[in-house]
Amino acid sequence: MLRLTSSRLGSLLAGRPSAALTSSSKGRPASQQKVSDSVDMSRPTYYDRVDMPLPDKPYKDVLSDAEEKLKQKEKGPWSQLTNEEKVALYRLKFSQSYAEMKAPTGEWKTVLGGMLFFLGFTGLVVWWQRIYVYPPRPRTLEDDWKARQLQRMLDMRINPVEGLSSKWDYDKGQWK
Amino acid sequence: MLFFAAILSLFLFLTPLASRCYSHGKVETEEEFDSRWVTYFSKPDIDAWELRKGMNTLIGYDLVPEPKILDSALRACRRLNDLASAIRILEAVKDKAGSHKEIYPYVIQELKPTLTELGISTPEELGIDKL
Repeated sequence: MLRLTSSRLGSLLAGRPSAALTSSSKGRPASQQKVSDSVDMSRPTYYDRVDMPLPDKPYKDVLSDAEEKLKQKEKGPWSQLTNEEKVALYRLKFSQSYAEMKAPTGEWKTVLGGMLFFLGFTGLVVWWQRIYVYPPRPRTLEDDWKARQLQRMLDMRINPVEGLSSKWDYDKGQWK
Repeated sequence: MLFFAAILSLFLFLTPLASRCYSHGKVETEEEFDSRWVTYFSKPDIDAWELRKGMNTLIGYDLVPEPKILDSALRACRRLNDLASAIRILEAVKDKAGSHKEIYPYVIQELKPTLTELGISTPEELGIDKL
């Protein structure tokens, strides 16, 4: 029997079945016994899904006496039920209405906030790296060095046909 | 190559509508689909499982069921003494219509006689459509 603990149920409902199936509670020692809500996954379960309107079992199947009487009244003409009774019957069979299922969660704010937070953290890491990890800046990237390097390349006539030196006007001493 | 395409398009023009060239099997018409589902829900001794299976399958299709299919399903709910599922079905239809907001009022309008006859309230009448 595959026991579903409440932690697995949470990840299953979030649409990540692999997280639910990986067992982190294998071989719990007796000293670690906690009472956790476990659901028997070998029996039909209740679910609220917009693409499957009628789940395998009603939401509440253990009914009080008043609820049993209401179920008996349901066998008669439905026009005799008040609106409150109809809603009560609905809530016995279903947990969330479609409106409640589809209600916005504001999860996007958490996602965006988390993303920006970690982006910022990464920025701090990069800054630290620049100070403590990067080696000293090579001499060859200084403007003075680069100018002398370019002059040397022009003197050597590097790529004189279509490349660098072809763009330099040697008579006027400037770029063409 | 062009010659072959010309011959093919001529052949396509001549084939009858019931069997287009994109599949080798016969395609079910909309009327056949509808009547198949009406018959499914009209079974006098339909059981709760069959109702659930039928509805879940029907909602899985890329279409909003015709009012006559829904009428048959609501009557099946009545035979099973299940008002809650009847209301749920109406909610599901509204959800299936998606952004096409004119479909659900049309369906309710078509089902009005049945809803009054069976005493089914719409989710709007019960206030379930709001949070």
